[in-house]
Amino acid sequence: MPTLLTDTGVVFGRCLRSTLRSKTSLLFGMLQPLLFLGLFGPLLTRLDLGSSGSSWQLFVPGVLVQLALLGGSYVGLGLLMERHTGVIDRMRATPVHPAALLLGRTLRDVVQLVVQSVLLVLLGVVLGLRAPVAGVLLGLALVAVLAAALSALSYGLAMQVRTTPEFAALANTAVMPLMLLSGLLLPMTLAPGWLDGASRVVPFRYTVDAVRQVFLGHYATGTVAVGAAVTVALAALCLWASTRLFRS
Amino acid sequence: MAVITVRGLTRTFTLKSGPVHAVRGLDLTVADGEILGFLGPNGAGKTTTLRMLTTLLPPSGGEAEVAGHDLLADPAGVRRRIGYVAQSGGLDPACPVREELVTQGRLHRLSPADARERAAELAADLGLTEFLDRPTGALSGGWRRRVEIALGLVNRPAVLFLDEPTTGLDPGGRAELWDLVRRVRADHGTTVFLTTHYLDEAETLSDRIVVVDAGAVAAEGTPADLKARYGGPTLQDAFLAITGRAPVAV
Ligand SMILES: Nc1ncnc2c1ncn2[C@@H]1O[C@H](COP(=O)(O)OP(=O)(O)O)[C@@H](O)[C@H]1O
Ligand SMILES: [Mg+2]
Repeated sequence: MPTLLTDTGVVFGRCLRSTLRSKTSLLFGMLQPLLFLGLFGPLLTRLDLGSSGSSWQLFVPGVLVQLALLGGSYVGLGLLMERHTGVIDRMRATPVHPAALLLGRTLRDVVQLVVQSVLLVLLGVVLGLRAPVAGVLLGLALVAVLAAALSALSYGLAMQVRTTPEFAALANTAVMPLMLLSGLLLPMTLAPGWLDGASRVVPFRYTVDAVRQVFLGHYATGTVAVGAAVTVALAALCLWASTRLFRS
Repeated sequence: MAVITVRGLTRTFTLKSGPVHAVRGLDLTVADGEILGFLGPNGAGKTTTLRMLTTLLPPSGGEAEVAGHDLLADPAGVRRRIGYVAQSGGLDPACPVREELVTQGRLHRLSPADARERAAELAADLGLTEFLDRPTGALSGGWRRRVEIALGLVNRPAVLFLDEPTTGLDPGGRAELWDLVRRVRADHGTTVFLTTHYLDEAETLSDRIVVVDAGAVAAEGTPADLKARYGGPTLQDAFLAITGRAPVAV
């Protein structure tokens, strides 16, 4: 266990320095969610979204989960590149704990996402978001766990496919329907029954609903408990499954 | 004393189009301190063999002992005692040389201070000191190869595996790399297992050559042995006699 932690730290450090070297990547990954926040969010302020609180308390959580989904799904592309350049094999041929190769990367992604999320929330505040601090922190924690799940999933996929186009095709095909079905942009309570039903098989939906609740200041609700449980279970499952793919 | 013993090593890939028998029942031994040239045409199974012996790819069958550890029962033990330089090299082009070396040391469980010291020592030994703070992608092919070999030496391995180490280098770069490999063996007694499809490389660099063809050993011996046994004044003739084909042009 101590070696796993140290190894994870070593891999995390390498990945984080690599991210910091490509200075544009932090902002670039945020562009789309920022645009949604700035150019789509204001459209909602005068609509009745069937919920208490302001539209920003509904919308900002959605954009946070969107950031996790869009950012997390494509991290595998970087891993695929490292597979092709032989970096991954070079490291797998050392005594490093195979799980650390996944955990260190995933941790870097989570840290990156939390930094981006804080920036997004601050922009939300500028635009009109008002939410309890405790709720925002709890929401960020949920989004961080979701990001770990998505990163692990993306890395697992990248260990399985052979080529970049193959990866991109799979990721592109999965991300769009998942994003729409999880009720990121507008809550699924507005949806007709069949769409609401379909969205219930998408785990992120429960994360979004829970983050919306905590942004409204409701903590001890069934929605929050279910959202937290689903998100943590998803992360555990994705990390477990992907770790196996880093072994030979 | 053998530092590598391989018995019946086999690897079959299953593709949609059917099975590919990349390595079929390979037997070989490598003596401690030997430079072994694993020579064969493209597709002979050299890389597949190396990936199995370095624990990266599970064999479909057979067994092997590498540097005193059983490949299947104790892969972690094998990893502690080997260095592996893939044909693709394994460098991050944006990462500075020093950071690659220190990280590799940390992956081999050196303390941060020991990893930094080992990086400086290897850099001095391999003439890399002036490049330490440059990104590996800014170096020429020959210097990048040196960095890759330095990474393979971080843990003072008993066996250094090199997959086609001079492919893509110019003649001067190739000669320098041969010198480096000889020096590593001379200074540290490191066993070197190198694959190549270049006859001249196998001939000048190796103590012994194992010719591999279609996933199995076709012949083995010292370069002089092979020439004597298969006729002709050059290894090229011997190779032709063994495999029935000319190797890739040098
Ligand atoms: N991952 C793989 N999947 C399917 N076939 C493979 C894979 N790796 C190698 N092969 C096949 O195995 C054979 C041997 O390949 P390789 O070991 O790379 O040869 P060499 O290194 O001698 O050129 C080739 O026919 C190659 O196409
Ligand atoms: Mg090869």
